[in-house]
Amino acid sequence: MRSVNAAQRRLHWMPSSFSVQRIIAMVLRHVYLMRKSWPRLLELAYYPSVQMILWAFIAQFMAPMSSAIAQAPGLLIAAVLLWDILFRSQLGVSLTFFEEMYSRNLGHLFVSPLRPYELVVAKLVISFLRTLIGVGGAAVLAIVLFDYSVFEMGLPLIAFFTNLMIMGWAIGLMVSAMVLRWGLGAENLAWAIIFAFAPLSGVYYPISVLPSWLQPVAHALPSSHVFEGMRSVLSYRVFRSDLLINALALNAIYLAAGVAIFLAAFRVARKRGLLLHMGE
Amino acid sequence: MFTAVASESMRNFQTMNLNAIEVTKLSKRYDAALAVDALSFTVRSGTTCALLGGNGAGKTTTLAMLLGLLLPSSGNITILGEDMLRHRYRVLPRMNFTSPYVDLPKRLTVAENLAVYARLYGVIGIKARISKLASELQFEEFLKRSYGTLSAGQRTRVSVAKSLLNEPELLLLDEPTASLDPDAGDRVRSFLIDYQKRTGATLLLASHNMPEVERMCDEVIMLRAGRIVDSGTPAALIARYGRADLEQVFLAIARQAREGLSAAPNA
Repeated sequence: MRSVNAAQRRLHWMPSSFSVQRIIAMVLRHVYLMRKSWPRLLELAYYPSVQMILWAFIAQFMAPMSSAIAQAPGLLIAAVLLWDILFRSQLGVSLTFFEEMYSRNLGHLFVSPLRPYELVVAKLVISFLRTLIGVGGAAVLAIVLFDYSVFEMGLPLIAFFTNLMIMGWAIGLMVSAMVLRWGLGAENLAWAIIFAFAPLSGVYYPISVLPSWLQPVAHALPSSHVFEGMRSVLSYRVFRSDLLINALALNAIYLAAGVAIFLAAFRVARKRGLLLHMGE
Repeated sequence: MFTAVASESMRNFQTMNLNAIEVTKLSKRYDAALAVDALSFTVRSGTTCALLGGNGAGKTTTLAMLLGLLLPSSGNITILGEDMLRHRYRVLPRMNFTSPYVDLPKRLTVAENLAVYARLYGVIGIKARISKLASELQFEEFLKRSYGTLSAGQRTRVSVAKSLLNEPELLLLDEPTASLDPDAGDRVRSFLIDYQKRTGATLLLASHNMPEVERMCDEVIMLRAGRIVDSGTPAALIARYGRADLEQVFLAIARQAREGLSAAPNA
């Protein structure tokens, strides 16, 4: 009788190792936060919009001087919008993690049944939502103000968006891991680290512009293949699947590394007792 | 529904006469410092036990290891019949925790915070559960206020409510009535005692409030420098040390340890 009771108890209490409910809980936690703070929502679209407007005027100014821009007038606007997908998705992951640290909430979260990888998935979903709001707002504004629609790229845009977002997620997870390990002193990395990738990604120029010794480094970044692919679509109307495959393969490595580094940092935090004491 | 099943599970656990917590040779070392040194103790299912000790005695470190927030350097922890180090996620839905040193998101309302945690714990009937706890702990009027706008005492009550969302079989409390005024503190204590009696849950608390420990606890474990220096019922400890109350026992152990004397003259 006792063993039957024990078995029944275990069956009832055996928690699922992956719960959509728990992921929804963590997404809701950030949706609650966003929906009550219109400055936060505005901020999501503010910087991408300002960047887009700036580069649109630069493009208008340079069009008479540059045949490349004259042939594909949306090149710079598309570049800045795609770059912001990478930037915003990275920030989306990092900042949602910082939010837990600011509120000294990690101790409660990690004594709940929430698995670290469920937290990771929730962070990626929130990052996706934040990126859609931020870059989507700027993209709509580009249509209104400059009669340029990045959506005219069609299906390749989905491929570019997906790849840049995955790379942003991977970097965001690595930044979160560093902050988990070294505390909020490493917070500035969230804003700074992405800019190290900008010159090597060929956002506004082809990778061939870089010195030959630097080009292999650039080719090791998924983003460089995306921006080369974008230029191919906008300038020559050719979608290069080889570049897409390169970007996807690299992103698989980057994302696996990002998740592994974050989970390793979590384990170190449990060894050192960092989860109880982190906060403002 | 969730509550009924949880209570049934608790009764089964008690019927089986298991210890809710079994700790064996538990140690935690931070580089050269030994924060917890080969602790071994058990807490019987359905009882309330206190971890007592001065600052740096190892109470919080021990609680953190029991919760799985901190990995021990060595030793074993069995909670509700499960190996905590290997099967932590089987146990976590059945326990909960509150501490004034761990917060909830400040910009979310009280109701939103509790709803998030109710989902994390898989509570069924979330609104009803939150309303019931808010009523019992008397914070219905600030359910819609941001957690960050609450006073320290109000936050403590919300935090206690969070710890009871899943009607835990094992509740770990780190200074549960810190920052509460005497009246609010008394009401929270009464509520916890009632909860323990009603559900048969096991409570383990770390506290500096000796009257609270005397009132709530069946068993006391005295810690000093990461080691157990004594344990027993509050009445037995008071008698053994020949003091008037537990606070005097606590002071005797702390002071005589500093002076390198035996702490228990009557032992």
